[in-house]
Amino acid sequence: MSNFETVIGLEVHVELKTKTKAFCGCANQFGSEPNTNTCPICLGHPGVLPILNHEAVDYAIKAALALNCEISRETKFDRKNYFYPDNPKAYQISQFDQPIGRNGYIEIEIDGEKKRIGVHRLHLEEDAGKLNHLEDGSGSLVDFNRVGTPLIEIVSEADMRDPKEAYAYLEKLKAIMQYIDVSDVKMEEGSLRCDANISIRPYGQTTFGTKTELKNLNSFTFVEKGLAYEERRQERVLLSGGEVVQETRRYNDATKTTTVMRGKEGSDDYRYFPEPDIIKLKIDQEWIDRIQAEIPELPDARQKRYVEELGLPEYDAMVLTQTKTMSDFFQAAVAEGADAKLVSNWLMGDVSAYLNSKYMTIDQVPMKAKDLAKLVKLIEKGTISSKIAKKVFKDLIEKGGDPEEIVKAKGLVQISDEGALRDMLAPILEANKQSMIDYKNGKDRALGFLVGQVMKQTHGKANPKMVNKIILDEVNKL
Amino acid sequence: MPLFEEGLVSLSQKLHNKEIKASDLVDEAFTRIHEVDGDVQAFLTLNEEAARSEAKALDENGTADNEILSGMPIGLKDNMVTKGLKTTCSSHILENYDPLYNATVVEKVNAQKAITIGKLNMDEFAMGSSTETSFFAKTKNPWDLQRVPGGSSGGSAAAVAAGEVLFALGTDTGGSIRQPSAFCGVVGMKPTYGRVSRYGLVAFASSLDQAGPITRTVEDNAYLLETIAGLDRHDSTSADVAVPHYAAALTGDIKGLRVAVPKEYLGEGIDESVKANIRAAIKQLESLGAVVDEVSLPHSKYAVPAYYIIASSEASANLARFDGVRYGVRAETNDLIEMYKKSRSEGFGDEVKRRIMLGTFALSSGYYDAYYKKAQQVRTLIKQDFEKVFKDHDIIVGPTTPTTAFKIGENIDDPLTMYANDLLTIPVNLAGIPAISLPCGLANGLPVGLQMIGRPFGEETLYRAAHAYEQTAGFTLTPAKGAMSK
Repeated sequence: MSNFETVIGLEVHVELKTKTKAFCGCANQFGSEPNTNTCPICLGHPGVLPILNHEAVDYAIKAALALNCEISRETKFDRKNYFYPDNPKAYQISQFDQPIGRNGYIEIEIDGEKKRIGVHRLHLEEDAGKLNHLEDGSGSLVDFNRVGTPLIEIVSEADMRDPKEAYAYLEKLKAIMQYIDVSDVKMEEGSLRCDANISIRPYGQTTFGTKTELKNLNSFTFVEKGLAYEERRQERVLLSGGEVVQETRRYNDATKTTTVMRGKEGSDDYRYFPEPDIIKLKIDQEWIDRIQAEIPELPDARQKRYVEELGLPEYDAMVLTQTKTMSDFFQAAVAEGADAKLVSNWLMGDVSAYLNSKYMTIDQVPMKAKDLAKLVKLIEKGTISSKIAKKVFKDLIEKGGDPEEIVKAKGLVQISDEGALRDMLAPILEANKQSMIDYKNGKDRALGFLVGQVMKQTHGKANPKMVNKIILDEVNKL
Repeated sequence: MPLFEEGLVSLSQKLHNKEIKASDLVDEAFTRIHEVDGDVQAFLTLNEEAARSEAKALDENGTADNEILSGMPIGLKDNMVTKGLKTTCSSHILENYDPLYNATVVEKVNAQKAITIGKLNMDEFAMGSSTETSFFAKTKNPWDLQRVPGGSSGGSAAAVAAGEVLFALGTDTGGSIRQPSAFCGVVGMKPTYGRVSRYGLVAFASSLDQAGPITRTVEDNAYLLETIAGLDRHDSTSADVAVPHYAAALTGDIKGLRVAVPKEYLGEGIDESVKANIRAAIKQLESLGAVVDEVSLPHSKYAVPAYYIIASSEASANLARFDGVRYGVRAETNDLIEMYKKSRSEGFGDEVKRRIMLGTFALSSGYYDAYYKKAQQVRTLIKQDFEKVFKDHDIIVGPTTPTTAFKIGENIDDPLTMYANDLLTIPVNLAGIPAISLPCGLANGLPVGLQMIGRPFGEETLYRAAHAYEQTAGFTLTPAKGAMSK
């Protein structure tokens, strides 16, 4: 057990999926040919002026409300000055001292323990372009498609005490952004990016230790691993009598370590000042109310409802609500009349196993919610056995379709007609007379063997409950 | 009489009646340019071929009744972007810059079928009061070729005064329309901030810049402003205020007009000869029925330093995009930081560099509160000074400049004296209100400018007052022809 307490704060950038860019009419689109979604405004040509995209403000307010922030009634934009080839105006339009949202929180849960992580501020700004460095080192190319894309920067309080909490915070933040549908939140496409600040201090000390900032964190796992490494590194430094240096460090996943990127002296003076080209923005109650009304049920509320109204265990409710797509799928299946717990079992079991093995999400497979619901109902009604259901499921998730049709086409309907079953069972039981006798004499295991024989010879189609009943009847007749 | 001395309304009528052709007007412009611009050097780029073919098209197709500007030769300051027509801001760094779009003011004069004759010289990026900071040429004052035309819209004012165009557009950040108009004996209006779209004006100081007309007469000025004014969806600081038919305000009646004369505007630092002309002009207004009153603008003495902090701060960000990466001059090196440094060191002139450094310093962490923030507070006080006066006055009257046109080279190495030249015009930009400069006679053979300052969106009142004065002043100003062929 360490003698140090870890303190973590995260800065997350989320790209908003508005139709157009933040300050011009160009399409906000990932993956286009380089420099095709550009115009004189986002290219920073002489004389151009920014026109604020109100859809971006709507999205930022929505995100701020979903993160329980207070909304600034009066807000403005500022210029953040720095030279870089991906920054065509040589300033970024951002928000300095009047962010759209302040003082919010995100609730996380680790091992059943709930904790609130503060959201210090949320502000709206524009993204930069992208530099592509030529492999032969002869130069760099700039792609301005991304420049001017609206971004929200979400700065947490330094409330996290463990890298696991950072992971849980990011998972929850991502889920909320998905639920309110303001961003694709895909780290691999850069629509969600994260920098992490970490320091350690002896337990009981109230002031923070010197922090380092981690960059190049390309997945939530990297964030957790990078922080875990940095936690140990800082501890080693302190225990060996050294001092932690304030600096920016890069996480390297190949070595699972962090290395110095730049020191504090490299920190820039951005010379913020109010953007004179954009008039002050007043956000009135009506505007806030309109956005509030657009916010759907969020993961925490859904989780609670799944437990209270659908009777799901806490754990199931938490897992199912982690992504909106899974949660929506679950709800749709339940709405079709399938049993909630049975649907949950399928989703958390076979469905998740399949999705994980294929690196897919539930909305990417051909199986629809109503199909899974039908499958569950077929089991409930006894039309097919659980064993048969697994066979149907394989078809269903790979190719989609109506489970009933699949069952029919493959002749997998469960045989539940007692007369027919008795006729089918008679020769099998006759052939296994000794096991019947064994069972009657108290050898419980013999029953399993008998059922197994029946299922084998009926290719699993016999209704197991009825098979049990018939065997018991026959045993009693002995 | 040269055609342009007749004025817009008369020329437009003759054009409609087919007494003259648009080609005649364009001919007059280029003939005059070829005659005198070698001396005056008002133009940087001529649009001769396009202008002549536009005129020809108008001659063939005629003009519509609602297009009073149709066929009229206009000059554009070279900080207004023109698609396909080089726009340099008189800077080496934009020497070969071809804009991808038209400024809104350009679109508006084009829509009225005015004919662009060419692009006019200016101080580099509109920073200066003499047009001497231009990288390309020193424009001369048509009244005396040894003297500056003023700045930064020196090319615009000189071209109008020299009869090279009927009228021109300029921009005014601290006096850049009014001061050259005063020096060259023409009429220049700096409209209310937000009255005219800034879209496509290469930004110097975004919270102060405004485009406006420079003309021979008040009436021409009123028509040209009506054309370029109005809300623009490309400029969120443009005002959603209806544009009046300004010419309708030119009634000649100013009886009961309440005129304020700030004592600071006729105090220390103002030439006696200038004061004498202004006092005479005020008498003239009184004789027309205006009620004149002395007032005070106590914070105006802080205007120049506050202005140089705010304007330079904004400029330091606005001019940062000229980095050699995407357009303009790029110094060839293998290192990114070197490329930035060399491109900007070679591309910008001394005055521009001075202001970029001043602004960068004023915005730096640790200095922001002492400079930028303080300057904004001063700006508020200056604004309040004006609001107080306008509670019981309709216009404020005084000189546009402390002196008449000074000699080329006289002030260029003394920035503080140069900056002080704008002390009567700068407060107007800081307050965001409109002001017009019009000639009020000569002092030692050089024009003196009378400045009238109005309430926000009070351009109509200014035009009415200026027109009434102009009609009764009893003189017409035309630079001596001899001056331009020395």
